[in-house]
Amino acid sequence: MRNRLFAACNNTMESKDILNIEEKVYTALVNQALSGMPNEVCGYLAEKDGVVIAHYEMRNLDESPEHFTMQPEEQFKAVKDMRQKGLKLRAVYHSHPETPARPSLEDIKLAYDPNLSYVILSLAGEVPDLKSFRIQKGEVSAEDTQIVNNIH
Amino acid sequence: MIISVNGEEKFLNEPPVSINELLVVSEVESPEMVSVLLNGKVIEREKYEDTFIAEHDEVDFLYFMGGGSR
Repeated sequence: MRNRLFAACNNTMESKDILNIEEKVYTALVNQALSGMPNEVCGYLAEKDGVVIAHYEMRNLDESPEHFTMQPEEQFKAVKDMRQKGLKLRAVYHSHPETPARPSLEDIKLAYDPNLSYVILSLAGEVPDLKSFRIQKGEVSAEDTQIVNNIH
Repeated sequence: MIISVNGEEKFLNEPPVSINELLVVSEVESPEMVSVLLNGKVIEREKYEDTFIAEHDEVDFLYFMGGGSR
């Protein structure tokens, strides 16, 4: 059916082995998570040339310390803005105010997009802990992260 | 029929195509968890079957995003 309907389709897969994040974006995520306490905060990360250079803060509709839900209208608005700026949606992030930076059962269950990385920023310890994961069909694999100097 | 899907131009050979059919041919996994924006308007999920794509329409798909720390 796909071949009959689509005359042309351009799909490219890029390596997602390392999540490179500009320092200013990392700092912004930490500040957002701290200011959002005690609730979870969430958003999108956008990359250019293999480096995350922008974040898009989203409202947590749940306004909860243990859950988050994004609003579709805000998601679409963010992705359109990325396109206009030549950025690419790379990851979704949320904070864990009181638990470690690892996907909960709910995180795994609700990770529907196989093409994104899932970033968790934990504030449970003395210093913030950011980790990234790929989650596909319930299978979780850790992804290296690297904070890099600001280049944009 | 030329349309835009997630910002990329696509050519549909056999219109009319509903949003549901477009999700299938686009090989979208877990389509029941996808929000659809058609020409700037979010389409309610129960209308995917009866909403058809027209020439030069702009369609965007995004997955539901949520989770929890417990």
